[in-house]
Amino acid sequence: MSLTTAAVVGVAFLLLPLASLVDRTPWHALPRLLTTSDSLTALRLSLECSLGALALSLVVGVPLAWLLARVDFRGKSILRAAVTLPLVLPPVVGGVSLLLAFGRNGVVPLSLSYTTRGAILAEAFVALPFLVLAVEGALLAVDERYDDVAATLGSTTIRTFFRVTMPMVLPALAAGSALAWARALGEFGATITFAGNLPGTTQTLPLDVYLTLQNDPDAAIALSTLLLALSLVVLVAMRSRWRLTR
Amino acid sequence: MIRRTAIALALAAAVVGCGGSKTPTITVFAAASLTDAFNAEATAYEQQSGVHVRFSFAGSQDLVAQLDQGAPADAIATADLATLDKVTAKLGTSAVFARNRLVIVTAPGNPKHIDTAADLSRHGVVVVLAAPTVPAGKYAAAALQAAHVTVHPKSLEDNVRGVLTKVELGEADAGVVYVTDAKSAGSKVATVELPTSPIATYPAAARDKDGQRFVDFLTSPAGQAILARFGFLPPR
Repeated sequence: MSLTTAAVVGVAFLLLPLASLVDRTPWHALPRLLTTSDSLTALRLSLECSLGALALSLVVGVPLAWLLARVDFRGKSILRAAVTLPLVLPPVVGGVSLLLAFGRNGVVPLSLSYTTRGAILAEAFVALPFLVLAVEGALLAVDERYDDVAATLGSTTIRTFFRVTMPMVLPALAAGSALAWARALGEFGATITFAGNLPGTTQTLPLDVYLTLQNDPDAAIALSTLLLALSLVVLVAMRSRWRLTR
Repeated sequence: MIRRTAIALALAAAVVGCGGSKTPTITVFAAASLTDAFNAEATAYEQQSGVHVRFSFAGSQDLVAQLDQGAPADAIATADLATLDKVTAKLGTSAVFARNRLVIVTAPGNPKHIDTAADLSRHGVVVVLAAPTVPAGKYAAAALQAAHVTVHPKSLEDNVRGVLTKVELGEADAGVVYVTDAKSAGSKVATVELPTSPIATYPAAARDKDGQRFVDFLTSPAGQAILARFGFLPPR
């Protein structure tokens, strides 16, 4: 009984804030609030940056997952821990680190701070682990002997990877991509710290929400509702993952 | 087992300790540009009155938004009258306690040779300003407009201290901040005059008697001496 009560409190705790957001959304003004040039600029930039971050995560994340799942080497557990670190690291710390690494006076002075590419990098930094862990988990669950058979039939490592290994983990790749994309879309701390805040260049939707809340709460609520809706779309697209049907 | 109990007891004691503080405390919301001066004001005020002052420093517009959403503050001090006016209905009468003006800050030694506001529009000079919603950003926009200069900033920071930090870190070549911010950074930045700068006015208002006493302290000779030490101009 008390367990059920606590669980109900838990459900209320999770859903009440979101319900309040929906309740306070100025629906009739929504089309106007979401189509102001500022909102559209932030939306376009957010899509651009989050897709860029996803692309970057795929290009380096899938090989990284493969390395962790298929290759044995010393210090692998340390590497896995390092890859997981951005998951638990406060994003603002990620932003400070990126600034010191890739800023104008950085260790690698690429001058990426204050650029759209910098925003993409900040988002990829926090999104990458979601992709790597999802794909690595799936690779570990697939029998490695398929790879071995392909190799004995004369297939090269890279060919085996694309023709044999990857097709078997496609659902996990899709799920990992969706999670990574959603995380990139919602990124705030690393972005504002590393990439700054400039409309059209680095002011993504979450930054826009934060700054708009200070002078136009209705517009900020409208943008928040938009982000909530996008999250729900990701959730629905991934329903096979959370339904627990086995 | 004994060790675990000891740890639990220590934690419990720590929690109780946090809740059981006896020093009377007030909460003051203050514009980011007041950070250093107000920390000194708090030390002096605590010595005089025995009341501890806890600050929330942020951009003025952010503080007003927080206050509007019910954030608990005994007093608020902003960097312009217009921002404070948005919440005066919830507060007592406001008093101007200081004034300020803007300057350009650059890296030490001014390597990019920024001598006037016009140099901020030069190609290859990375400029960072405060966002136009922040008083410092609003004043900066007015100063640059008065100087007939169009600047394309690389970032619009959500408070003026963010601008200072970016120049200190070398991420920006130049920024526009208050003369008091430049002073607090000492030798970490070089200062260039901005003659077209408007005069920024700092009003404070209290929500209760405890807050009012702190506001009164700011306008007292002792409070004014501290503000002057940090480079603020007197309220006329």
